[in-house]
Amino acid sequence: MEEFIVTEKLTKSYGNVKAIQDLDLNVHAGEVFGFLGPNGAGKTTTIRVMTTLTKPTSGSVRIGGFDVVKESDKVKRMIGVVQQHLSLDRDLTVRENMEFHARLHHIGSSERKRRIEELLEYVELTEYADSMVDTLSGGMKKRASIVASLTHQPKMLFLDEPTVGLDAQARRRLWDLVRRLNSDGTTIFLTTHYIEEAEALCQRVGIMHHGQLIALDTPLELRKKLGLITVETLVDNKQTHYQYFADRDAATSYVQNLPPDVKTIIIRDSNLEDVFVEQTGQKVGDNQ
Amino acid sequence: MITVFNDIYSVLWVDLRFLRRHWLSTLVISLINPLLYLVAFGYGLGSGINFGGVGYLEFVIPGIIALTSMSTSFSGSSSKLHIDRLFYRSFDACLMSPISLFSIVVGKALIGLVRGLLSSVAILAVGVVLSPVLLVTPLFVLVLFTSCFVFAMLGVLIGLVMNTHHAMGTFSNLVMLPMTFLSGTFFSLNQLPDALKAALYVLPLTHSSASLRAAALGQPFPWLSFVAFLGFGLFFFVCSMVVLKRSSA
Ligand SMILES: Nc1ncnc2c1ncn2[C@@H]1O[C@H](COP(=O)(O)OP(=O)(O)O)[C@@H](O)[C@H]1O
Ligand SMILES: [Mg+2]
Repeated sequence: MEEFIVTEKLTKSYGNVKAIQDLDLNVHAGEVFGFLGPNGAGKTTTIRVMTTLTKPTSGSVRIGGFDVVKESDKVKRMIGVVQQHLSLDRDLTVRENMEFHARLHHIGSSERKRRIEELLEYVELTEYADSMVDTLSGGMKKRASIVASLTHQPKMLFLDEPTVGLDAQARRRLWDLVRRLNSDGTTIFLTTHYIEEAEALCQRVGIMHHGQLIALDTPLELRKKLGLITVETLVDNKQTHYQYFADRDAATSYVQNLPPDVKTIIIRDSNLEDVFVEQTGQKVGDNQ
Repeated sequence: MITVFNDIYSVLWVDLRFLRRHWLSTLVISLINPLLYLVAFGYGLGSGINFGGVGYLEFVIPGIIALTSMSTSFSGSSSKLHIDRLFYRSFDACLMSPISLFSIVVGKALIGLVRGLLSSVAILAVGVVLSPVLLVTPLFVLVLFTSCFVFAMLGVLIGLVMNTHHAMGTFSNLVMLPMTFLSGTFFSLNQLPDALKAALYVLPLTHSSASLRAAALGQPFPWLSFVAFLGFGLFFFVCSMVVLKRSSA
């Protein structure tokens, strides 16, 4: 398997805060890699280091074989980045923003025009090409940001929390776009704090907590390690207890042998939220 | 070399797109203050004053051109850069592209130069009509260009350093506004005690205004001031480069 991103003992500190701590991570060429974790886990910082915006305190990142600090120019040509917050120029139209990105990446005039039309078509924004960015809906802004970052045809696309603030329909549509980009050959690194997003899109998932990677595998393997089936029980209407089992038979026999004062029994498939809770004692959605 | 020019133009290009849409309002707004100064000082206050054979109006117009070049070039580059960095976050696109920091700094300064020249030339046109003795020589044009560029570079530096809207406003009120009035724009520094006069030479506008006035009135050109002024520009440029390099730490 070709590794597209390799980090070694990557650490980034802001004063006393270790935003990333000894991160060892690899992203395979061609996959959708999900970086899952609650707010403040260090996801954005990791993306900023990988995309050359911030220098690591120690450790290293190589992308496509190039060091992000020493060979940043080569890295920059290979990657496209869509930041967590809208980062388009809101005084310009969608097309102008795309042209700006293409110019910054030295795409010649005729090639530029061709690619912009093609990309607008690709995300169905052709009829909004000459609208000011501010007049677009949230989902359209996101799609515009994505195509703006694709004008130089990067091999790797970073998406930082791409669906935050989008309604359910816009979110689904964006997921489809991510899948389409990936099947057209783009390696994707995406961060999210939505469990279902990581499960729906990502071939492999890294789970971050307080700047540390606490799990790294396919969603299925992570669930297998925990137990594929979860049993939730409520004792005295107070606290929910979770038990994990390799299969339904094991779960059922456990439930049958529970004392009678244990109420509200749910048997369901385990998910990445359970993996996270078991590792950290917190929920991914918690803001600590 | 060609790529550098190309890159600088790419950075300028976005800001030119904006200016193309809003050039008239941008221009009109930038002329309000200088025109008020012209009326209040040139006609109101100074109509009877004479400076060594030069009427006050002739004296003050080059000063007003200098301060116009300062304020419009400065705000032209600083405000857009500030917005791009902190509100639109579109500045990151420049930082994540393979163009050099040099191209980014110069490109971001050029929009200040363009806007500064636009407004200064408009004021100059008014000035030439009101005071036909003004000489628009190649030297004058050179000094005007330089003035716009140096203050545009200061704008880049401040746009890079200030991290809040409030800090930007504070700098304008604490540094730019006093400089407008103290730099020999409205009065001759020769009237001042030596200590104060020396102190005012730390302000870049003092040099720009002295150079512009000498060029416009055909007086002996203060080359030393002009060189000092270029030094300010170089200093602002170097600081901007350092700040930008450190921003990724
Ligand atoms: N520029 C910065 N200066 C100081 N602290 C920062 C900075 N950026 C991030 N942090 C801190 O680093 C930690 C990780 O933040 P971040 O990477 O934004 O998390 P996430 O994207 O997972 O929500 C947080 O504690 C945050 O406060
Ligand atoms: Mg984040």
